Amino acid sequence: MPQQIHDRREVQALIDRGAQVVEVLPREEFDEDHLPGAIHLPLPAIEDDARRRLDAHAPIVVYCWDSA
Amino acid sequence: MDGKLDWLAAGLPTEGTNAERPRAATLARRDVPTCRVEESLGRVRVRVRDAGWDACVVVNDERVVFGLLRAAELERDGDEPIERVMRPGPSTFRPHVPIDEMAAFMVGHDLPNSPITSSDGRLIGLLRREDAVHAAHELHAGELERDER
Repeated sequence: MPQQIHDRREVQALIDRGAQVVEVLPREEFDEDHLPGAIHLPLPAIEDDARRRLDAHAPIVVYCWDSA
Repeated sequence: MDGKLDWLAAGLPTEGTNAERPRAATLARRDVPTCRVEESLGRVRVRVRDAGWDACVVVNDERVVFGLLRAAELERDGDEPIERVMRPGPSTFRPHVPIDEMAAFMVGHDLPNSPITSSDGRLIGLLRREDAVHAAHELHAGELERDER
């Protein structure tokens, strides 16, 4: 079930427990800085690529630039 | 988490090309003296000088920055409470700001030093202008060398 997380400590805890981390920003921004171990799935391609590249049985954390 | 910006602003580790370049937090001095608003200038002055510094950051128990004492404040006569002497609410910068941006800003605004804080205002360290400028020069010299090859 999708849920919004605002506390980065929760995000860290999920990462420590093996969550998949996905960044949806453009390639250039991903290449400059991304969370450790993050997978790049830009928004325009997310529907096509998500099923192929992600494990649907493991937690997935998706992030953007900010919450706006 | 409120996005990658929140993660960066907290000074948490990242991967990527920027992660290899020096940023504000890379060079911020963690050993900067700190004091509380209720302390007296006289005692703080002695402590700061004994530590070999000419600046002190005013923080609370959670290391949230309240103010800054630079050389001018520390040199004042008397023993007033820090709260009356300090520069309140100084401009602070996030840990992920690239060092060349910091150097340009500090030179342009004639800032001898700047507190680097996390997104919730907690002190990470004090960045000195000379450290920022030196690192920016090294960075650009290195990049020029790579471009020339």
